[in-house]
Amino acid sequence: MAELSPIIEVKNVSKFFRLPHERISSVKSHVLGLFRRQSFETQKALQDVSFEIKPGEFFGIVGRNGSGKSTLLKMLAGIYMPTRGEIVINGRLTPFIELGVGFSPELTGRENVFLNGALLGFTRKEMDALYEDIVAFAELERFMDQKLKNYSSGMQVRLAFSIAIRARSDILLIDEVLAVGDLDFQKKCYSYFFDLKKRGQTVVLVSHDMSAIRKFCTKAALIHNSKVRKIGTPGEIADLYEDLNLKVAEQRIEIQNKDQKEVVKKRDGTGKATIESVETYDPKTGKARDSFTAKESIGVRMVCAAHDEIQKPALGFIFQDQADITVFATNTVDRKVTTRRVKKGERIVLEAVVDNVFTDGEYTITAAIEGEGFIEVYDRIKYLHTFIIGGHSLAHAKVHPGHELEISYQ
Amino acid sequence: MSFKITLSKITSKQNRALLRELVSTDFKLRYQGSVIGYAWSLLRPLMLFAILYVVFVQFLRLGRDISHFPIYLLLGIVLWSFFSEMTNQSLTSIVARGDLIRKIRIPRWIIVLSSSVAALINLGLNLVVVAVFMVIDGVNVPAAAPWFLLILLEIYVFALGMSFYLAAAFVKFRDLSHIWEVVLQGMFYVTPILYPLSLVTNETAQKIILLNPMAQAIQDARNVLVSSDTLTITEVFHSPLAWMIPAIICVGMFVFGLLYFKRESKYFAENL
Repeated sequence: MAELSPIIEVKNVSKFFRLPHERISSVKSHVLGLFRRQSFETQKALQDVSFEIKPGEFFGIVGRNGSGKSTLLKMLAGIYMPTRGEIVINGRLTPFIELGVGFSPELTGRENVFLNGALLGFTRKEMDALYEDIVAFAELERFMDQKLKNYSSGMQVRLAFSIAIRARSDILLIDEVLAVGDLDFQKKCYSYFFDLKKRGQTVVLVSHDMSAIRKFCTKAALIHNSKVRKIGTPGEIADLYEDLNLKVAEQRIEIQNKDQKEVVKKRDGTGKATIESVETYDPKTGKARDSFTAKESIGVRMVCAAHDEIQKPALGFIFQDQADITVFATNTVDRKVTTRRVKKGERIVLEAVVDNVFTDGEYTITAAIEGEGFIEVYDRIKYLHTFIIGGHSLAHAKVHPGHELEISYQ
Repeated sequence: MSFKITLSKITSKQNRALLRELVSTDFKLRYQGSVIGYAWSLLRPLMLFAILYVVFVQFLRLGRDISHFPIYLLLGIVLWSFFSEMTNQSLTSIVARGDLIRKIRIPRWIIVLSSSVAALINLGLNLVVVAVFMVIDGVNVPAAAPWFLLILLEIYVFALGMSFYLAAAFVKFRDLSHIWEVVLQGMFYVTPILYPLSLVTNETAQKIILLNPMAQAIQDARNVLVSSDTLTITEVFHSPLAWMIPAIICVGMFVFGLLYFKRESKYFAENL
């Protein structure tokens, strides 16, 4: 079969925004500005972006907030003009990037349907024919003569979506629809996407939701820092995006951990021994790190110093999630790890390797060193260290224990 | 993705449907919650007319040498109101529809055109009122009356050019709305709307006044519809071709406004 020629060609496209330091929006400042050098910053929203989309592809665009993906979508839609480069579109394209554009709260549902339809390029006659279907799909028959301001946000989204899916064109642009609406609505979205995919419709989907990207897309691009970082299979791109997210989160956590070490918030104990540091590390290399993917075990290293002679101390720590719920706890006594008498000035190091059964999120470690039989707390520090876990494909589940599935037929 | 206004584009089914929806939305929203609603667009010029009639015709006794002066006055006010309403509404039209421009690709000029159509509909209704008064007052419509349509076209083209310029410039210079208000106020007084042009005795001043397309058009409209006592541009300049000057200004304004709009409209979405 011959290669299909692309339906969208993005050739070396750059988009710069000139952001004046003080926005000139009055004639006076404009006149004054003639005599003064106007200072402005050039914001490079996209730099030298190139890719192609073939007919029938379900193309995902992925990127963090501010990466430039929305700018790219707006240029594809023809709302922004590229500063440099060229976008060639060989077909009709939906002109909108958001649901319910032009919806006016003071108009009735019915009036809004016709206005929105006209914006999407429908004639009155076509809208008359489609109207019943649109209302029925949105399940809003009883509300069409009420003003839109009396609709709940969920109802508005349903109505907007119901109109938007009628738009016929060669290329559909969809931005982040799944972020809104309830579970039921999301199901409708998903079945619509499956339908599009089956029909071989060309779709450009911008989303933060990696499960949607994995499920529907046939190809995807990762936009990072105004550039195309990679174009590949949805799986590759989703993995890369999750890694990237983890790395960015890790930088933030690192700073947070540094700050925490300087200001210890909640600390108590007699001080006969103190916790010098707690860190997480990669058990394979022994190197400190603060982020772990689903497949990696978590190493915890705790260093304490004795300032007095102490008998058989007990060391332990807990993990707490963002809701402050203890998801894991351990200590040397319960694990039957014996300790000996520690001399003054001596250090004691605890290392633990924990199976990563935890779901995506941030976790803090609270650690303690106590006397034999827990009679005396030497030192206890709350929220001493933070680490993150990411990259689970079923991240809505709270725990991810290793397990096996088996199928048999009888 | 070039931006060309061709006749076929303007009259495409989609654009016509969109224009219609935008105009009807405008109307619905403007008179939302008002008791007599749409009647206001008729009442406003009528009330203004009543005031001006009492002050200028009854008290100041202007226009005694012009037949049907009250109708003459009303026609002038109606035409001027159209110009001022259309330019005022167009000025804010692009900024007011910022949500559309930032989120959807539609021909931007349709937005300006829709506010002009709204003003045109008002004008049509007001002209019906003028016609009713003409019948009541027993005006003998001159044979030249069909020229009135051409004069309306001239006013519309001039106002549209102005509107395109104002709508596009307002995106960048937000002071423009205030400046335009003052300019309109000034133009209202240098256009012979309230007073007969013959009141201006300096002939050079008369000439300068009539170079303004609005002044020329209003005088010509009165001449072909209401009263042959109206001073028109051909009489003041003593040349049958003098009307070409305001006509050229008018077309020039239209072309300039359109070109400026075309250039700026590429950046509306990011400048708004």
